[in-house]
Order: sequence, then structure tokens, then C-alpha cells
Amino acid sequence: MINFMIISSIFLGLLSFVSLYRAIVGPTVADRVVAINMISTKVSIIIVLVSIFLEEKNYVDVALIYAMVSFITTVSVAKYLERGKLF
Amino acid sequence: MDIIRNGIVLFLLVGGLFFFLVGTIGLYRLPDVFSRLHATTKSDTLGAGLIILSIMVYMGLDIIVLKLLLVLIFIWISNPTAAHIISKAVYHNDVLDQKEESKDA
Repeated sequence: MINFMIISSIFLGLLSFVSLYRAIVGPTVADRVVAINMISTKVSIIIVLVSIFLEEKNYVDVALIYAMVSFITTVSVAKYLERGKLF
Repeated sequence: MDIIRNGIVLFLLVGGLFFFLVGTIGLYRLPDVFSRLHATTKSDTLGAGLIILSIMVYMGLDIIVLKLLLVLIFIWISNPTAAHIISKAVYHNDVLDQKEESKDA
């Protein structure tokens, strides 16, 4: 069952490279924001899988903090796009 | 009893990977910002939910299950909120809402 988790994290890494194509090429700024949001969700799931198959249970906290940071990033970039200023 | 649990874990893991694959194909293929957002958000939320649920089944009774539930609830709250904020920013801003020039993607 550990092998399936390693294969799953490698597969998620390859999918995040496909999303990185949209983040680089994407015609508007909003496409890049959507792609970065999806990549950060995948990275959070990869951190959870790594913490399970390395049997380091404290790494789950890293996944939680990474999800919080990516949410704040997305909200601040979207607010900046909408109004031209943050506050 | 062990093989049943492994089967459930494998089924949920493959289901989560399938939904991530569908969301990534939608992000790559669809022509517009709103349709890309529509493709990624729901499949992303469901894929993360299925994979974390499979890990919760795999770990059994442990204190780490509560942490995984916290991560899952946070993803389920924050991911639709982020999508809603991005779509509102695109909808209120006419410069961002332009169609893609070439249709070869």
C-alpha cells in the first residue's frame, strides 16, 4: 500500500507540471491564478501523502499551513486584480 | 479483514487521482477563464476529499485522523471561496475578460 502512495504522489507531480503549462502560457492573468491555485492544492495533497509513507506524522501540519498560505495568496492576488489596490 | 480495508483505500485513492486528472485536462483544454474555473474547482475539491479520506481509512484509529480532517475541512472551505473571489474579480473587470485568440489549445 506504501507503493501505491508513492506512485500517486509521482502522478500528482506530473499533473502539476501539466498545470504549470497553463500557468506559464495562459493568455490572461486570471488563468495563471487558477492554475497556481490548483498546483497549490496538489502540493498540499502531496505533502500529506509524503507524511504518510515516510511515517513522519508531524508533516501533516505543514500541509495545513501550506493550504492556509495558498488561500491567502489567491485572495490577495484576486483582490489586487479586482480593485487595483489591496486595502 | 485487512484485504477489505486495502481494497477500500485503493478504490478511494484511484478515484481521487481520476478526479485530479479530469480537472487537469479541463484546465488544459477548455477555452475560457470561467470554464477553466468550473473544471478545476469541483474536481479539485472532490479529488482532495477522496485522497484524504483514503488516508484516513488507511491510518485507522489514530490522532492523525483529526489533523487530516482539519486539513480536509480547510480545503473544503477555502477552495470554493478562492474560486468565487477569482470569478468575481474577472466579472467586474472588463480587461481580464477577453477570449483567447487562437483556438488550437
